[in-house]
Amino acid sequence: MTDTATHVTGEKARLGAPSISGFTEEGENLSPLNEAEATAPLGGDASKAHSHGGGAGIPDSSRAGRKTSYNVEDFPALTGREEDFRFTPLKRMGGLHKNELAGTAPELALSGAKAATLETVAMTDARVGSAGIPEDRISANAWKHAAEAKVLTIPANSSGEQVTLTYTGTSTEAAASHLVVVAEANSESVVVIDHVGSVVLAQNIEIDVREGAKLTVISLQAWADDAIHASSHLAKVRKDGHLKHIAVTYGGDLVRLTPSAHFDGEGGEVELFGLYFADAGQHLEHRLFVDHATENCKSNVLYKGALQGKDAHTVWVGDVLIRKEAKGTNSYEANRNLVLTEGARADSVPNLEIETGLIDGAGHASTTGRFDDEHLFYLMSRGIDEKTARRLVVRGFLNEIVQQIRVPEIEERLAETIERELAATDS
Amino acid sequence: MSTLEIKDLHVSIETEQGNKEILKGVSLTIKTGETHAIMGPNGSGKSTLASTIAGHPRYTVTSGSITLDGADVLEMSVDERARAGMFLAMQYPVEVPGVSMTNFLRTAKTAIDGEAPKLRTWTKDVKSAMEKLKIDAEFASRNVNEGFSGGEKKRVEILQLELFKPKFAILDETDSGLDVDALKVVSEGVNRAQEENEMGTLLITHYTRILRYIKPDFVHVFVDGKIAEQGGAELADRLEDEGYDRFLNVPA
Repeated sequence: MTDTATHVTGEKARLGAPSISGFTEEGENLSPLNEAEATAPLGGDASKAHSHGGGAGIPDSSRAGRKTSYNVEDFPALTGREEDFRFTPLKRMGGLHKNELAGTAPELALSGAKAATLETVAMTDARVGSAGIPEDRISANAWKHAAEAKVLTIPANSSGEQVTLTYTGTSTEAAASHLVVVAEANSESVVVIDHVGSVVLAQNIEIDVREGAKLTVISLQAWADDAIHASSHLAKVRKDGHLKHIAVTYGGDLVRLTPSAHFDGEGGEVELFGLYFADAGQHLEHRLFVDHATENCKSNVLYKGALQGKDAHTVWVGDVLIRKEAKGTNSYEANRNLVLTEGARADSVPNLEIETGLIDGAGHASTTGRFDDEHLFYLMSRGIDEKTARRLVVRGFLNEIVQQIRVPEIEERLAETIERELAATDS
Repeated sequence: MSTLEIKDLHVSIETEQGNKEILKGVSLTIKTGETHAIMGPNGSGKSTLASTIAGHPRYTVTSGSITLDGADVLEMSVDERARAGMFLAMQYPVEVPGVSMTNFLRTAKTAIDGEAPKLRTWTKDVKSAMEKLKIDAEFASRNVNEGFSGGEKKRVEILQLELFKPKFAILDETDSGLDVDALKVVSEGVNRAQEENEMGTLLITHYTRILRYIKPDFVHVFVDGKIAEQGGAELADRLEDEGYDRFLNVPA
């Protein structure tokens, strides 16, 4: 800690800004874990001047400085004080971050495929690791313990493919699984990844969007109440590739989803959408990262969440990094939360780092609003009954994301889920 | 013709210091087609009367009655009151996140009429009502009152008044925070609604200036939770000259 303290003092003097030891703009004491990275070219020091996320002298302040490795031993044991785990209740993680993950992975079934294929391969297959590298300890632990990998391939130049991959969990022994989704060049497809049943699961999903491919991934976390799920979605978007990624989370006791999108060629486009609905006691966390490392790419992020019940907790952290070389970038991220009852908590942290001035646009927004008695009174005073008023507000709020799905069965299923969740508040 | 009758109404609210009586025996009868202005100094209970008629949960009626054509209004829930034909234009309209104006207006209209409005005529009605109130068409796609200025919120209240066509409208300080132009636009809206629907109006205001645009048939002066004086439009003129001092200086 002595080193860190010295560092803070030096930084303070240099920037001439007041700083409180151990505090950032977010008001939390961050871990000194990534100290070494602070001096790297794109590390904490390099980006501090523009960063919203980090404060002066905090080594972990740039997302670019975050460790990545296939080897779990490269990540120190978690304490819960790390920037990317400070909101996560590690005690409820079922050991996913530290234990051997020897349990049986949930079964995976493919349906609706016409041209797409699903293979089971060894973790040594060349396609494993082709689109991503773990960005946190759980992801690396899953990598280490995954017995095999599944590879879904959408053939080049195919169009109109719409497949569903269903993970069905039947065991709460800590397990690991690995999936690679390859959308080959110029293909156009929709991949629904459905998660149901009970699990304690650390999962990596690599998403390889090859040149000119257009891929929609819809990941539904529709687990049973006791599920614990940590999932890294690691996407690589190559030249002129387009990824639309929609995360929908409402099941499980604890879900921690970290979608991460990296551009690997010009002209790529990424849309990250998310919808979550947290009930009493649920912890639903979404941490995403958009890494603009190449020129002329576009990203758009919108996550919306509703919360109800005692100790319902949602976390949304959106890291967008526009690197020096990412000229012509256009980027926007927003998170909106609607708190329906007392006792629920929504944390929302947008982090935007911009290392070049030569961009088309970049912005971020975050709002957390309450649905309260005054809203209800207002709507009811216009003749709308209480139940309808509540549904009107929540449905209207979440609809913006539901509309993005464009798969009628899933939209319907979500509408029903939202109704069911709301019925729980009525009683 | 319909009649809204308020008889010896006593209303209290819960405060940190215990129950506080705000209305201390108010009686008032309004018939459709009539405009009643309720005037009075701040804190005299004007807005409490408005909120109580609409059924706001904060206010407790301890005695007295409110009836609409003989039906007990106090027995009705907030939404039932609206469906029975009452409308409160609020002093501080609430922002409702996630609900677009279009969706809100249609849902409310459907609830009030008991059937969905015909889509084609409804869209036209909304559009023309917005134009008359000088509300930007873009507001239709925005969320209810979200990010609207004070004046815009008041116009949107009157927009609802024109579209929902209530039997009785209670306007709670609709004039506050409006500049002269907006005041005129809003007043014209109220007058249109009154002409078209034979609406009864309870106009609550601190100032007389709105009465230049909306002519009251009756004026009631509220002081300390009671009606201290009533008369015709000429009473408002007198208040304009003298203010409320002569009511406040009388020892209780």
